[in-house]
Amino acid sequence: MKYITVIMSSLKMTLTAFMFVFFLSATGQDTAEETSSESGSGQEEVIPGADLAKGEELFKSICASCHKRYEKAIGPALHGLTERREMEWIYKWIKNNKKLRESGDQQAIAIYEEYNKTAMPAYPQLSNQDIDNIVAYAEQPKPEPKQKVAAAPQGGQAGGQKGSGMSTEVILGILAFVLLMLSVVLYLVNRTLNRFAEANGVPVKQEEDKEPRKPIWVAFAENQFLVVITVVVVLLGVAYGAYGFLMQVGVDQGYEPVQPIHYSHRIHAGENKIECKYCHSSARVSKHSGIPSLNVCMNCHKQVNEVAEETATAQYSKEFYDKEIQKLYEATGWNPDEMAYTDEKKPVKWVRIHNLPDLAYFNHSQHVTVANIECQKCHGPVEEMEIMYQHSSLTMGWCINCHRETQVNVKDNGYYKKIHEELSKKYNVDKVTAAQMGGIECGKCHY
Amino acid sequence: MSSNKKYWKAPEQIHESAKVDHLEKNEFVEPLPTDEQDGESNSSTTRRDFLKYVGFSTAAATIAACEGPVIHSIPYAEQPERIVPGKSDYYATAMADGFDFAGVMVKTREGRPIKIENNELVRTTSASKARVHASILSMYDVQRLQKPEVKGEQRSWVDFHLLVKDRLRKLNGKPIVFLTQTFASPATKKLIREFKKKYPSTRHVVYDAVSESASLDAFEEKFGLRALPQYELSNARNIISIGADLLGDWQGGGCDTGYSQSRQPSKEMSRHYQFEANLSLSGGNADYRVPAKPSTQKRILVELYNRLVNNTTTVDLPNNITKMVDQAVNDINNNKSRSVVITGIQDKNAQRLAMEINMALNSELMDVDDPKMIREGSDAEVMELVREMNQGKIGALITAGVNPAYSLPNADAFKKGTKNLDLMVSCAMKMDETASLAEFVAATPHYLESWGDVQFSKKEFALTQPTIKPIFNTMQFQDCLLNWLGKEESYYDFLKRYFNNNYEGLSWNQCLHDGVYRYEKAKVEPSSSTVSFDAGQVCGQLASSSVNGFELALYTKIGMGDGQQANNPWLQEFPDPITRNTWDNYVTVSKRDADELGIENRVRSNGAIDGDLVNIKVGDRSLKNVPIFVQPGQAPGSLGLALGFGRKSGLKEEMQVGHNAYPLYKNFKSDQSVSIEKTEGNHEFACLQLQNTMAGREDIIRETDLDTYLHQSKEEWNKTPEFSKDHAMEPVDSKKVDLWTSFDRSIGHHFKLSIDLNSCTGCGACVIACHSENNVPVVGKEEVRKSRNMHWLRIDRYYSSGDSFDEEKEKLKNLGTFETFKDVETASYDNPQVAFQPVMCQHCNHAPCETVCPVGAIGHGRQGQNQMTYNRCIGTRYCANNCPYKVRRFNWFRYNQNDEFDYHMNNDLGRMVLNPDVTVRSRGVMEKCSFCIQMTQKSILDAKREGRPVKDEEFQTACANACDNGALTFGDVNDKKSEVFEESKDDRMYHLLGYLGVEPNVMYQTKVNNKNKTKEKSNA
Repeated sequence: MKYITVIMSSLKMTLTAFMFVFFLSATGQDTAEETSSESGSGQEEVIPGADLAKGEELFKSICASCHKRYEKAIGPALHGLTERREMEWIYKWIKNNKKLRESGDQQAIAIYEEYNKTAMPAYPQLSNQDIDNIVAYAEQPKPEPKQKVAAAPQGGQAGGQKGSGMSTEVILGILAFVLLMLSVVLYLVNRTLNRFAEANGVPVKQEEDKEPRKPIWVAFAENQFLVVITVVVVLLGVAYGAYGFLMQVGVDQGYEPVQPIHYSHRIHAGENKIECKYCHSSARVSKHSGIPSLNVCMNCHKQVNEVAEETATAQYSKEFYDKEIQKLYEATGWNPDEMAYTDEKKPVKWVRIHNLPDLAYFNHSQHVTVANIECQKCHGPVEEMEIMYQHSSLTMGWCINCHRETQVNVKDNGYYKKIHEELSKKYNVDKVTAAQMGGIECGKCHY
Repeated sequence: MSSNKKYWKAPEQIHESAKVDHLEKNEFVEPLPTDEQDGESNSSTTRRDFLKYVGFSTAAATIAACEGPVIHSIPYAEQPERIVPGKSDYYATAMADGFDFAGVMVKTREGRPIKIENNELVRTTSASKARVHASILSMYDVQRLQKPEVKGEQRSWVDFHLLVKDRLRKLNGKPIVFLTQTFASPATKKLIREFKKKYPSTRHVVYDAVSESASLDAFEEKFGLRALPQYELSNARNIISIGADLLGDWQGGGCDTGYSQSRQPSKEMSRHYQFEANLSLSGGNADYRVPAKPSTQKRILVELYNRLVNNTTTVDLPNNITKMVDQAVNDINNNKSRSVVITGIQDKNAQRLAMEINMALNSELMDVDDPKMIREGSDAEVMELVREMNQGKIGALITAGVNPAYSLPNADAFKKGTKNLDLMVSCAMKMDETASLAEFVAATPHYLESWGDVQFSKKEFALTQPTIKPIFNTMQFQDCLLNWLGKEESYYDFLKRYFNNNYEGLSWNQCLHDGVYRYEKAKVEPSSSTVSFDAGQVCGQLASSSVNGFELALYTKIGMGDGQQANNPWLQEFPDPITRNTWDNYVTVSKRDADELGIENRVRSNGAIDGDLVNIKVGDRSLKNVPIFVQPGQAPGSLGLALGFGRKSGLKEEMQVGHNAYPLYKNFKSDQSVSIEKTEGNHEFACLQLQNTMAGREDIIRETDLDTYLHQSKEEWNKTPEFSKDHAMEPVDSKKVDLWTSFDRSIGHHFKLSIDLNSCTGCGACVIACHSENNVPVVGKEEVRKSRNMHWLRIDRYYSSGDSFDEEKEKLKNLGTFETFKDVETASYDNPQVAFQPVMCQHCNHAPCETVCPVGAIGHGRQGQNQMTYNRCIGTRYCANNCPYKVRRFNWFRYNQNDEFDYHMNNDLGRMVLNPDVTVRSRGVMEKCSFCIQMTQKSILDAKREGRPVKDEEFQTACANACDNGALTFGDVNDKKSEVFEESKDDRMYHLLGYLGVEPNVMYQTKVNNKNKTKEKSNA
């Protein structure tokens, strides 16, 4: 009975451990919900009668390209505007700042000079009420940084995989512990039973041979047929293994090098849903997809100098990402404080991931523009990749296979009209494949 | 049972001497010499240790090599507008190096020029196109000057200019002389005029290494303008050339496009008479070629003048020549206004005489209203300068774009004269012979890195614009001038200002885009008043010229020109179109003279040619041990020798080939009286063609005369070969005699190339264009000698064994079988007819190479291209053996990044010229013409992207693109509206070795000459 209590107690322990973990995660979720709902309440009324929702909408559609609420951008930060200026002045400025400047308003001229004579467009279409709304939205106090703890277990969205990794580890650990306990228990039970048997005088059966048996390996060695079969099987196995090994030489599927700037496709293509070809624009017209030049990055990153709180994951913190953006500024020679370029540019030495051998000619525009193939078909779920890696094998067999299976996209393409008509008649199919079009001829890719 | 006996080998042993003792203890009598190899060193490394280290390091290297290389990609920090990585951009610009003037299109990739193409808007192309296409490689030349130098030390530009300005000031009014190439640049002239304002003692002397002074002087005397008449030959009926290589570099070249147009077989086809000493390209293309020594040429000219202008005959000429002159005069009299007489005799009077003839004929082919402005040099002024330099009268000499220390006939006097100068500045791209004399050397950029304007002719202009950021720290001559004038503005600003002030109604941007512009109101200041002409005296003087001994006719090769681009491996390996020799210059001699001198060309068992050496002497100057080559068609009594070789300074060792003939170019006369003597020694030629005749076979080059072509059926002159089947003759293209199952080739594109042998002059622009487009390696002289040249496209040259191919045919009919081959395989040495034939992979539909490849590395595309897959090739070379056209080239070595082949592919700079769309082949694989599949695929893709059918003119190959004579037509034969489809249906069409039935996709158009058959027969 003593032993049973041991088992019981160990079971209790595991259960409590489980309970504890569940409890923890449940409370974690609760706190996360709380923080997210928090932003809805507790607003300040700066301007009576202003509609904050409308203000937010207007701010984001009109003002956000040049202004931030709490920081200087192309134009000044809008928070605290009411403290600096009269509302009447604000109306005049926004509706037609040029007129205001020409009327000799000193404040207006001063601000124009301060921002390198960058003229702000006139917005005569905005009513005073609209401006009130915007200003009210801009005057909302800066929200406190959210709790770090909250982000960790909140595994709902894109970063979920990494987040849930932690709990999987815990569960696995618990399972291993349980199994260990079980084996210990079994051993104990067995020992106890043996002891009982000994005590009761029941003979424990020992295996005893009447005559010495042939060892199995001698029997095996004497059976020539078996030996031959085994040798053949082993040789085939080795050959298969060797073939497999040799065929993967030079195939870098899964190649995931460390890049000089930690650029996350997950954030850009995944969370922000930026179209691939916005950055890789030459894929449309050229053989290269093109690693975007840094000025393309700066189209957005002139404004975006930090990541949002929600972007950070358990693995990569907000500070980490912000530091990577600083690297970009360093490379382009952008001074974020003065919002201007210095002349020191240091082009980034990216590590090339997809390396076709020189003897193979591949043209992106043929596949992207003409065939209208999704980038993901070859590059995999890029929008989920924190670090870019080579998804496909990029072997010739892989290319050819696709060319055999893929039907040519002939829709509305004047080039294919005649040739497709004739070829589909010849092969008696509705739609010809790339291979039937001549897409597996050696010389089409090797010249 | 031990014995006390003592056995001994020598008596000393018994006496137990110390010597024996010593010997017994040592295995070897003397210490082994192992350590002696180490010399004095007390190295403790034994052989075993050494092997251990080697073994270990090899193993370590092997293990380290298992790791794949990390490849970096570096995008622009700020991408220039319009540059898309992987897409080519084209810029129009102009080449003007003083010898070659051409408007070109430059293909650039990622801001890096990779190929030169023709600019079709230019009327006056005035250059050997092979040199123009190759000029891109001269930019990526590691031997270029990278920084300005003062007394051999590299300095900054600021220092350099300060020093030069200081020295200019200290001259105290001593004359400053600019010795420059012909810039033909109005803006540069303006700049030099401004310089003159600041330094009034300034003089500008223009120097052309290969002089056209005679013609310039004659034109100046006649028309009051220093220029060259323009010849518009497209409408010509009779072209009579006396020693003028009008298809080569004569008067700057550029006649070939019009010439080819006039050679299209029709009732209006031109007839070309060529009287010349060396067998030139023009002679090779002429209907009638007459070998004549330079002194005879002068008499022919006088005779022509008398017959055409005065209707008298005065000059005594050999019979055969008189007959030909008669015939030419007759032809001219039939159509005077569409006839032209030109001459290459470097004599003012001869040039004037030719002009007078054309004026008298009222020839519409000679254009004097819009003359060429691409030569300005004056021999007299250059000679005067050298004299004054030696007298110490010159203060400063500033050279730009010229290398007089190499190319002047009296270079030694020039070199001596430089010692008397107070200041010498050389603006040069290389540390050439002249630059190494100068105290100040300004590193100048290549024309693809410069700004400039060029006046091709009186009314046609072009702009030079940079297509790449200067590779080195260079500054062009004009910018230096501006700096010395103390101006802040750059030459670009100066040029733009000049343009806007001087060309009313023209837009700078438009002209920059087009590359060329015409300005009808262009005024050129008349340089002097016209001088009257005493024909009688001139004729008498010319006719009386006689020479004792040999006459040397100096010429320039279409590849090397005046020698400026001697460091360009493409041009060095470019075969001379006539001799087919590469990497060399040599004296050419007629067979008759060679026999007398005991000179021969010896053929080695590996197919290479060896030759003799001679000493050649002009007055007091001599060249020693010059190789000599027996040349069919060379006029007896004359010798030929090419200028532009034998340069030493600023050249890689491999390129320092040939002999410098400039010292023999006395008084800038291309004809010289010389004596030669044979010396001991053997010279190894690198000749590409050993077989000189077609051995009577018709299926190589088909030729007929105009009369037959016009009036007889195709069967008579272009019969389809027949093949016997079941004792009946079937044409070879019939399905009955076809061994093969044919594929259906009617769907999609089917590419064919048509080569018109009438339009092809053999100039070789296509050869260089092919090199440039397809990354064809250069292999060097030794390998060429072993017939391992890599040219994808060759231009075969055939001599007839009789005086003409017709005669050869006749001969073959009348001779017995055994004598036949001996006889027809020897070219006629007196005056063979010549034919050129470009040969590249024929892309046979039934390709013999494809069937013998054991690894399937050769496939046939549906589009007709025979596709060579390098990565599959294992180098058995079966395909090359089985190819009837011998167009496959094997990579015996790795020609890139290999110090044994130290040409452009062996350095980073030179490799910048490589076409990124074409694989650089490695050792051990076969390669050959691909029909520029990268270009056809690009055209198709462009059309697909835009969703439209491909236009006929979009399908091009590099060779067809480079040929503006219209000899090569490429296209899709399934497009019934295409030009190539029409060519494929032409009566003249035949296939090379058509009887093989391999169905080539390259077609040839029968050559039609314009010989007067009826007249010849009646004469006989």
